[in-house]
Amino acid sequence: MRTLAFASRNLKEMMRDPLNLVFGVGFPLIILLLLSAIQANIPVSLFEIDRLTPGIAVFGLSFISLFSGTLIAKDRSTSFLMRLFASPLSASDFILGYTLPLLPIAVLQSILCFIAALFLGLPLTANILVALVVLIPAALLFIGIGLLAGSVLNDKQVGGVCGALLTNVSAWLSGTWFELDLVGGAFQAVAYALPFAHAVDATRAALAGDYASIFPHLWWVLGYALIVLVIAVIVFKNKMNSDSL
Amino acid sequence: MNAIETIDLAKRYGTKTAVDSLNLTVEQGELFALLGVNGAGKTTTIKMLSCLTKPTSGDAILLGDSVISNPQAVKEKINISPQETAVARNLSVKENLEMIAQIYSNNRIDARIKAEEMLLTLGLGEIAQDKAKTLSGGMQRRLSIAMALISNPQILFLDEPTLGLDVLARRELWSIMEKLRGNITIVLTTHYMEEAKALSDRIGIMAQGELKAVNTAAELMRKTRTETLEDAFIAIASESEMSE
Repeated sequence: MRTLAFASRNLKEMMRDPLNLVFGVGFPLIILLLLSAIQANIPVSLFEIDRLTPGIAVFGLSFISLFSGTLIAKDRSTSFLMRLFASPLSASDFILGYTLPLLPIAVLQSILCFIAALFLGLPLTANILVALVVLIPAALLFIGIGLLAGSVLNDKQVGGVCGALLTNVSAWLSGTWFELDLVGGAFQAVAYALPFAHAVDATRAALAGDYASIFPHLWWVLGYALIVLVIAVIVFKNKMNSDSL
Repeated sequence: MNAIETIDLAKRYGTKTAVDSLNLTVEQGELFALLGVNGAGKTTTIKMLSCLTKPTSGDAILLGDSVISNPQAVKEKINISPQETAVARNLSVKENLEMIAQIYSNNRIDARIKAEEMLLTLGLGEIAQDKAKTLSGGMQRRLSIAMALISNPQILFLDEPTLGLDVLARRELWSIMEKLRGNITIVLTTHYMEEAKALSDRIGIMAQGELKAVNTAAELMRKTRTETLEDAFIAIASESEMSE
């Protein structure tokens, strides 16, 4: 009950911030519309709706880190967390309370992205459901990054690191805007050493019904998500026991 | 049983001593004010007593439970209103109260009843549906205190509760604290001498991390042969500075 009370507060805080809605839902949808319009005039295979939608869905999820990181950093700077640290809430209450509300937000965000894609010509198949499931590890990864960033940075720094740096890096290195093998070399190697391109490729494979191709990529995303979440939990717990919030 | 008893409570950050061998007793139902200039150790003391910072040495016993060996039991009995207003900005006044009540009571129906009671008690009924971020500084402080009171704490820590408020808002909060006096134990930190004098049963004066004097306002003035609490405070605090 304690966890739910805290999680419910966090959900309300995020959903009532208009900037979160603009960046988390509005911005990715605008990009989807824009690139689809470009595709309609100058056909580029990369921007075909079945290839573009997974990339935009992953791009949209990167804003989850911004939402959660900003919320946690603000809770620290306004002493709201200090008030709660003096309450009977345990470390697991805090971690679950901050992460649980983000999962439905992430799923809802991906659903909205796919609904928009349906209007832009994406065929309605059961593979969309598989793609939504395949996106969950990517959502966990971005939730973990947000928890970590919010634990160590202030809200302005979270804005810079998660709002500008992470969204750009995860977009450039995802193979959404341009084919990674066109650049090749070290750039491609770095992109595939990170989880973002794997998240997009796994979702593309799911959407195409090529289930066998999902898992090599999904393991990367799951591995990164697990490592980042474990680090985030350790850092947050250390913060709870440290002298400075 | 005393509400608070500290035994050589100390906090050091590297070579800097924030609180040094604090030995203090606060009785149940007492309103105790901690006075001191910035950096005197007031907030660090409050943080140790409310289990937010672990003491470097010593211990504090709150209503029979140690902040070191049984902080969870201590947390069930206390609440705090921090220096900053510490409210959930996008939640309404009522939602803020219900959330804190649920965190302490684990029961949604009880939480609603308690929130209604607290809205009435602290005169927040008219703004119950307003979001916290839209409230004035005075109203946010009032909400902050209501959030600290809703768990029915036996010990309440108020860290600079009237800091930055205008005189009317400050007097309104004084009247709330006056009503609480005697019912629960309150430890108040403040920079305002008139606040300490008007509200507290006893006053502790801290300087350089040490508790220099503890007594009633009248006794502090008598012992320092001063006319005002401010003069008594300056005499005690500056004496300790000169002896450093």
